[in-house]
Amino acid sequence: MLAASTPLLLAATGELVTERAGVLNLGVEGMMIVGAACGFGGAWFTGSIIVGALCGIVAGTLLSLIFAMMTLGLAVNQVATGLALTILGVGLSGLIGAGFVGERITPAPHLYIPGLTDIPMVGRILFGEDAFVYLSLALVVAVWLFLYRTQAGLILRAAGDNHISAHALGYPVLRIRMFAVMFGGACAGLAGAYLPLAYTPFFIPGMTAGRGWIALALVVFSSWRPGRLVIGAYLFGAVTILQLHAQGLGLGIPSQFMSALPYLATVVVLVLISRARTGGSTAPAALGTVFVPDR
Amino acid sequence: MQLVLEKRAERSNTIALVSPLIAIGLTIVTMSILFAILGKNPILALGVYFIDPLTDSYSLQEIAVKATPLVMIGIGLSLCYLANVWNIGAEGQFLIGAVAGSWLAVKTQGTGAGYWVLPAMLVLSAAAGALYALIPAICKVRFGASEILTSLMLVYVADLFLDYMVRGPWRDPAGFNFPTTAEFDPVATVPVLIEGGRLHLGAIIALLVVAAATVLLGRTIKGFEIRVVGAAPRAARFGGFNSNQLILLTFAISGALAGLAGIIEVAGPVGHLQPGISPGYGFTAIIVAFLGRLNPIGILIAGLFLALTFIGGVSRHTVVLRARLRLSHSLSVSSDFPIAKGVPWGCLKRSFFRCSRHRRLCCSRPPANW
Repeated sequence: MLAASTPLLLAATGELVTERAGVLNLGVEGMMIVGAACGFGGAWFTGSIIVGALCGIVAGTLLSLIFAMMTLGLAVNQVATGLALTILGVGLSGLIGAGFVGERITPAPHLYIPGLTDIPMVGRILFGEDAFVYLSLALVVAVWLFLYRTQAGLILRAAGDNHISAHALGYPVLRIRMFAVMFGGACAGLAGAYLPLAYTPFFIPGMTAGRGWIALALVVFSSWRPGRLVIGAYLFGAVTILQLHAQGLGLGIPSQFMSALPYLATVVVLVLISRARTGGSTAPAALGTVFVPDR
Repeated sequence: MQLVLEKRAERSNTIALVSPLIAIGLTIVTMSILFAILGKNPILALGVYFIDPLTDSYSLQEIAVKATPLVMIGIGLSLCYLANVWNIGAEGQFLIGAVAGSWLAVKTQGTGAGYWVLPAMLVLSAAAGALYALIPAICKVRFGASEILTSLMLVYVADLFLDYMVRGPWRDPAGFNFPTTAEFDPVATVPVLIEGGRLHLGAIIALLVVAAATVLLGRTIKGFEIRVVGAAPRAARFGGFNSNQLILLTFAISGALAGLAGIIEVAGPVGHLQPGISPGYGFTAIIVAFLGRLNPIGILIAGLFLALTFIGGVSRHTVVLRARLRLSHSLSVSSDFPIAKGVPWGCLKRSFFRCSRHRRLCCSRPPANW
């Protein structure tokens, strides 16, 4: 369950920072899938999971830089650019990954602490996962500390809530946003790389299967707060695992209906969350708006 | 890098016309670089990719066949995008339309039903597509849920639903356990225009859709409202335009067109319902809509252009093989057939055909097409 949630959590954490800075990057899915292809390629060539993860991060960051150049540098519509980035990413990953399909690697090892991991029930869950799982949780804590306990985090949120004021106060809005977008890209790339490096030890085209979009939905679900993101991501991981188990039990429900559950759950959650928030939006006020600094 | 952007005093018509051409130019440059990296001669490669398909009747027809769904979906999407709402679930509406129309085709199979079957299928598909598109639209206007995410999620649901139908209730008993329905009856098939060719009635329907959209946007008040709501929401509110109603309308139209495209594809070139009927038409149509600058005529041209890149990426022999052998799920083989033309394309083609169940947005053509 933790493993199913981790890519969602990683990607959503990155996107949360991006959106907190006022940029809506819909290219998460594209950055993830390229991260998956490059991550697998890196690990396959070098035999090192860490190199693979770094390849994924670099690939995600590079793609996000294209997005930053278009939306921040040239003030292009963020929604359209994000969609285009996803389509680009899916095509690119097919091209990059074409040579790797069918290959296998040794997946990232699972942690094993004698004694602790052997505790019945909770031992495996708390002390028996791969390193990425703990890394993703540490990342959420770090992002929370950054956003709410540092001045830089406050400035980043200011840029996302009111870019004109932030600009008037002398903060470099576009540069802040660029770093936020790059962070989002790095996280998405890592999230994508996690899939072939730890979740399933091979690469197939389209293996992200909409996880990038679910991550975007999770950011909305979390009301742009890191803490709730963890809850949301693990809830979704639970739904994913639940449907796998239900298929295994053979309840007589067609497997396709069970596979559709995570997607249907996303729609239902989005509706409920959006409906509950009629009183006032918690979204960053300047989310998705273009900022062109005056001289 | 400090770029200073300045607002134009007015829209430049020259730029509006030239920018898609610049985009295509950049595409070709990117492709050449990619081909060079892959160790192929770019000039030769581009020739095979863009020029060869234009030289024989078969490929020309095939371009029209591929452009038909792209243009129809693209027109519908452009209405949404003009109204500044983001329907990116056209792929799902396409599939649901295909399923809905196929229902009638499957039910009337072998009953000797008359010529009403095909028109009824078209109507049914359009209605199903529209209803399916209305789900995200209603979630948007009623609850404020992001239509981008909900419409996309429903693509996966539609894909799985189609998968269930053809593997379960509608599977062809004589189909050797392939996940496909039986071949549709002639009365449930979109007729071809040229005897023995591939060009079918759908191309005419697509042209009618282009004409209708031109009239709607250029000559009617509704079209004007759609454009104003998107371009100047405040002005639209002062003007008393009901933006919620327009969101529902544009989603319904785009869903209907996508659904219609879905059944035309199934009852036309494919001939039966099976998984993988769409190599990402619903998503490619987003590019078509934008490359056509959200203008009906522009979309027609952009649709033909992207169809050309579809054809260029695939050798015609493999297409024929695919159509004949119904090997939608094991197509990775076909690229190894020695008769495949354009052997240097091996790696690209392989990725094109490798269909996983969850292939989405896919048909991994060289990304440079965009």
